[in-house]
Amino acid sequence: MSAFVDADTRVVVQGITGGEGQFHTEQMIEYGTNVVAGAVPGKGGQEVAGVPVYDTVARAVREEDADASVVFVPPAFAADALYEALDTPLNLVVAITEGIPTQDMTGVKRRLSETDTSLIGPNCPGVITPGEAKLGILPGNIFSPGKVGLVSRSGTLTYQIVNSMTQRGVGQSTAVGIGGDPIIGTSFVDTLDRFEADTDTEAVVMCGEIGGEDEERAAQHIAESMDTPVVGFIAGRTAPPGKRMGHAGAIVSGGGAGTAASKIDALENAGVTVGDTPAEVVKSVEALL
Amino acid sequence: MKMKLHEYQAKQVFAQAGIDVPDSRLATTVDEAVEAAESIGFPVAIKAQVHVGGRGKAGGIELVETPEDAREAAARILGMEIKGYQVDCLLVEAAVNFVDELYLGVTMDRGAGRPVAMVSTRGGVDIEEVAENQPASIARERVDPAFGLQAYQARKAVYDAGVDRDVALDVAGVLTSLYKIWDDRDGADAEINPLMLTEDREVVAADAVLNIDDDALFRQPELAEMEEEAAEDELEAQANEYGFDYVRLEGNVGIVGNGAGLVMTTLDLVDYYGGAPANFLDIGGGAKAERVANALDMVFSDENVDSVVFNIFGGITRGDEVATGINEALSGFDRIPKPVTVRLAGTNAAEGMEILNDDLVAVEETLEGVVKRAVADAEEVTL
Repeated sequence: MSAFVDADTRVVVQGITGGEGQFHTEQMIEYGTNVVAGAVPGKGGQEVAGVPVYDTVARAVREEDADASVVFVPPAFAADALYEALDTPLNLVVAITEGIPTQDMTGVKRRLSETDTSLIGPNCPGVITPGEAKLGILPGNIFSPGKVGLVSRSGTLTYQIVNSMTQRGVGQSTAVGIGGDPIIGTSFVDTLDRFEADTDTEAVVMCGEIGGEDEERAAQHIAESMDTPVVGFIAGRTAPPGKRMGHAGAIVSGGGAGTAASKIDALENAGVTVGDTPAEVVKSVEALL
Repeated sequence: MKMKLHEYQAKQVFAQAGIDVPDSRLATTVDEAVEAAESIGFPVAIKAQVHVGGRGKAGGIELVETPEDAREAAARILGMEIKGYQVDCLLVEAAVNFVDELYLGVTMDRGAGRPVAMVSTRGGVDIEEVAENQPASIARERVDPAFGLQAYQARKAVYDAGVDRDVALDVAGVLTSLYKIWDDRDGADAEINPLMLTEDREVVAADAVLNIDDDALFRQPELAEMEEEAAEDELEAQANEYGFDYVRLEGNVGIVGNGAGLVMTTLDLVDYYGGAPANFLDIGGGAKAERVANALDMVFSDENVDSVVFNIFGGITRGDEVATGINEALSGFDRIPKPVTVRLAGTNAAEGMEILNDDLVAVEETLEGVVKRAVADAEEVTL
């Protein structure tokens, strides 16, 4: 069992004929991901990385029995690609695209609520079950199979912590980057639920950052409904109010909402060990196993 | 991120949508301002056009009754600096004789992932303060993006806020127009604060805020043309040009890295180990020598910077390519102007570390190591 994906997950890549789509499709296949199709309007009948391309997602799903999609479609067309994916019975859609207009995402999120599909992202590195499959752009070589579930808003911070974990012999059951945008599909809470239900996950690392209230909501959820131990980290302690730190979502308002202090307090009150440094996080999770 | 429109630009958009705004003219010189005031007729408000809030408190708005006063006010406000922004442009506007000030706003409720329309009878003041101290005095209606703001929702918000009943439907109409502007123009925030209520029971937008979602500018060409360099300082303007995510801070340890979360964490670690970060600089994906050179150039040219952390986690990017980039970038210097400590991790990091010219830069293997070393270097320079 795994939280999101495994070696049997059948993947369709939307935007497979683009540079990024093609490169990462090859990387995903090399890692062992079962990529079964691509979907690009007007490119049906082609083949990319040995994978058949279809004009529509519906056809790719029908012909190749895909149950998950990875989206590399440029921002101006990404919402359309997501609506298309959500109109099929896919279990999981992973949106890598960065820079999708926020109002487009409110529509997608609205549509998402009517389906049984999970959306990870957008503006995220994707999801990996080490040794089985990766959907997205995560560098497979730094991961190792194990018992720790990791969820983060940031790609490179995930890599930093995973790399240290792997170096210390602490493997991962699943790692997922949920994305740095203000409006995303799968939240911390959704991911924590998956980890709680996943028999392969014995401990969780949750890396949040300033902005929004997702971490506070996650803290409440941990206190109320999680038995799996959680180690936390919050980036952006030194961020000044009103300045966006790279991610569209990573901004502390003048009113003081979304600060690192508020998030750290909430997590600690929920019994989460919050590391001051990534190295401390790794040591704390190691001690839990 | 969002692109801010000036008040006069936002008012153009609002007026096009049928919202009443006072008669006004734009002026970039004192003479133009006086002329505008005379043609509009006194009293007029002379208002600084800058991309920051709180300009009234900062002295950027003045109500004048005579041409002499208009001249004096225009001369004082033109060229003044408000929160780091220089005033290059004035809006000269007919003063509105008001009896009440309302607040109307449309923004994104991030937690719900839905737009929210807001009304309050406590307009004319900082709405964030109102939200903090009297949250109940702001009526909020969440909008289903599939259907948009319905007329009844606008009415409900207005009645819930306690707006005078004789103008309630007019105010609801303005809110409906404001939502439509926000929706059509890819708004991040659209606000009227204050919406003035006159003795004649007219409703007039005395101020206008319209911020546009940067990511949607590609389909808002008319608004995209209004974009102007509004960076607070030269380095931030430079960063815009290079396409870096950059924020200048107060400290003396320069930071270059990739990925927002990791760069933020690097800043936090500098602080944790007793240093003070000078900037946030995310060079993004890829390891092109030119980008590396531009990033180093930026931190070197910041006079506050005494030492530099260069921390790259090469995910898909290969460490050896990054190292080659750094070497090429630094080969232009006879002498490195400020001590640089580099840490490469991830794919091909070991190969990268080997390639790095360690005559020019110090190398460290861990994130903690590279930060500690740069903090120590910065302290040494300070001593």
